[in-house]
Amino acid sequence: MARAVPFRHFLARRAWLARLIVIAALFALWEVAARWFVDPLFLSPPSRVIAALDTVFSTRGVPAALQLTLFELTVAFVLAVAIGLMLGLAVGLQPFVRRSFFPIVLLLYGMPQVTILPLFILFFGIGAASKIAFGVTHGVFPIVVTVVAGVQNLKPILLVSARSMGASRWQIFRHVIFPHMVPSFFAGMRLGMSGVLLGVLLAELYVSIAGIGYFTTLFTQNFDPTKLLGLVGVLAAMAIVLNAVVRRAETHFARWRTG
Amino acid sequence: MMAGKEDRKRDRDALMSRIVQAGFLAGLILIWYLASTRWGVNRLLLPDPVAVYDNLIDILRSGEFIDDLEITLGELAAAFAISVTSGVTLGYLISRSPYAIEVFEPLFAAIYAIPIILFLPLFVLFFGLGPASKIALGASISFFPVVINTIAGFGHVDRLFVTAARSMGASDYHLFRHVLLPAALPVILTGLRMGFTTALLSIIGSETLASLAGLGHRIVHLAEAMDMARMFAYIVFVIAIAVILNTIVSTLEARGKRN
Repeated sequence: MARAVPFRHFLARRAWLARLIVIAALFALWEVAARWFVDPLFLSPPSRVIAALDTVFSTRGVPAALQLTLFELTVAFVLAVAIGLMLGLAVGLQPFVRRSFFPIVLLLYGMPQVTILPLFILFFGIGAASKIAFGVTHGVFPIVVTVVAGVQNLKPILLVSARSMGASRWQIFRHVIFPHMVPSFFAGMRLGMSGVLLGVLLAELYVSIAGIGYFTTLFTQNFDPTKLLGLVGVLAAMAIVLNAVVRRAETHFARWRTG
Repeated sequence: MMAGKEDRKRDRDALMSRIVQAGFLAGLILIWYLASTRWGVNRLLLPDPVAVYDNLIDILRSGEFIDDLEITLGELAAAFAISVTSGVTLGYLISRSPYAIEVFEPLFAAIYAIPIILFLPLFVLFFGLGPASKIALGASISFFPVVINTIAGFGHVDRLFVTAARSMGASDYHLFRHVLLPAALPVILTGLRMGFTTALLSIIGSETLASLAGLGHRIVHLAEAMDMARMFAYIVFVIAIAVILNTIVSTLEARGKRN
């Protein structure tokens, strides 16, 4: 039996290889579909998309657009983390404040923010500011919620004992609250990151004069699926990598709990 | 005696929280009112709340929202039906083998990290500006939380239960109905709730970005016409619809978990 299926045994111990095969099969399916079955105005095969990647990036304005979008993402993420951390601590540290304001935070978090996207454009213009603002409002709520959750399961006895041993406010924050918050804070950062990504991209796609949204619209209107897929594919790959990096950081900083 | 005192203190605290919450919201509306009527904020940026209220009443009374609401809810129902059937079926099939879980789970998790809204231009290219592109986008976005949670639910049922049921002679159907399903249901229900919320968000979002009808389209249309009071009224209306739908789904989830 074992000799009859050596390849399966080989695969059985290497799940990543099977995963690669699945990905390759999907790409092959896409290639076949695009080459022979779908109108080339709407879909182009992956081989052509990959071959055309350099023409996408040498299109005038595309590198600058990627840079601008990355800039928007970075600023929005930094702001979301800073604001989220401050709001989360302000709401979470006092039980009474938490009971009063946390439901309001959850209520706001549950709202479909995309309905107010046109307002952001009206308030902040069609430039980078509106994308950053929309990214911040998407990213800030998951961070607030996880920070509140993180300080909530802090044992009061730790605070009391630190205070009775004469720790200052800063020392309590630095050595008691902060280490306790770290694991959930990183989970919040990951959620916040995908929120920021969603917010910035939504605003980009809604209206854009220089970011990647401008070029996705341009390529769509020119019926140029090769370039569109190239651009979108690169961004998707970036999102996967970013997420993996933050997830790594999350497990790295949560080590002290178990180890 | 002590317990009674504690209870009373807790009741009073809860009441105080409610008062603070109500006060906070009332303060916000008051600031909004003063800003738009007294402090000279431009009406094109911030209409006064009374006008918004009048418009909201007018919208509700005239019933002009019904067409858009029908379209949006129809898209939502179709997208959610597709993602639930495909997500639960595929998730169940994958969860039957630990090896398949190992191969597919990271794949789904990686794709889940991509903001799929990026592909909206492609969806529009394929399916046009009508409801079809919204259904396709909503279904593909909400597919991932459903399938990931289904795999997690079915895949992590304690082997002991399965072995015990088997050794007592349970058939495949009995095993599924009385062991696997009850154990997996809470996790799957969470996935369904997440899928529903993301489907709702992405459908309203894609209506905002590119469409011919629906609630999201209506808001953009009013924004472009600079009819701010009515636009705010529609935003309030859509948020109310979203809150109602999310509350219903969360209640169903909680009820399903209890059984």
